[in-house]
Amino acid sequence: MTMITHGTGIVVDENIPAIEIVREFDAAPEQVFRAHVDPELYAQWVGPRSVATRITRWDARTGGEWAFADDRDGEEIASFFGSFHEVRPHERIVRTFTCEGAPDGVALEILTFAELAGGRTRLTVLSVVEDFTTRDGIVSSGMDVGVIEGFEKLDELLAKEA
Amino acid sequence: MDDSTERLDRAFAALADPIRRDLVARLAGADATVSELAEPHDMSLQAISKHVKVLQDAGLVTRSKDAQRRPVHLDSSVFELMTKWIERYRRQAEERYRRLDDLLGRMGDEEVPEQTGAKDVS
Repeated sequence: MTMITHGTGIVVDENIPAIEIVREFDAAPEQVFRAHVDPELYAQWVGPRSVATRITRWDARTGGEWAFADDRDGEEIASFFGSFHEVRPHERIVRTFTCEGAPDGVALEILTFAELAGGRTRLTVLSVVEDFTTRDGIVSSGMDVGVIEGFEKLDELLAKEA
Repeated sequence: MDDSTERLDRAFAALADPIRRDLVARLAGADATVSELAEPHDMSLQAISKHVKVLQDAGLVTRSKDAQRRPVHLDSSVFELMTKWIERYRRQAEERYRRLDDLLGRMGDEEVPEQTGAKDVS
């Protein structure tokens, strides 16, 4: 199933348990890449507004590792960890992603930063998991109450910008 | 859990099986009988019937009352629900990347040295 509307495009493959997300940015690959490897910057955008992202381990180089926790009202609600399999400046990041508490669950994520005309960047994130049940479980997490909450905050933000 | 969520859970569980995904893919083209569905598979009619039953319980397919053939028919409404499900996931990603847009906008003018190495953040 492929859906590309305004902004983020998504491909949920029928043959392999993968999710591919494509998004373009009005910034150079160097900047988009940096927002993915600098822990202070990454913490500012990766989590929903209602949670604070707390980086606990961070070594963004080939063979390095990462971990962070999400806090809501000072209480930890979720934590994640993985390794940086490959970090190629401004071009590519290959990492693993595990949600702590999901037994044996791991995604392999391949991030590609492609330079576009006009100093823009196309980011492609391919996440592959071990089976369709896991993949569909990840997609269905969009049904969570937390997401609805996030959309409301986004609506507020958009209203302010309008 | 509301009714549509429960329905989606059943649909995704039913589709976790590769044979059932194949059956659904073929039914997307045209209705078919159980024996027609069984043909390309090295499986008994009974085994295929079981898979069809799972799809039926998940609300993905229906079987007509035509006593002789009872062709299997794909119910498209479940797929519309799934499309909505994927759309929600997409919007979640879009929300995240709008935060990144904001950040990139703030980064725009400043000259900051590269920071890709190990950092003490404890």
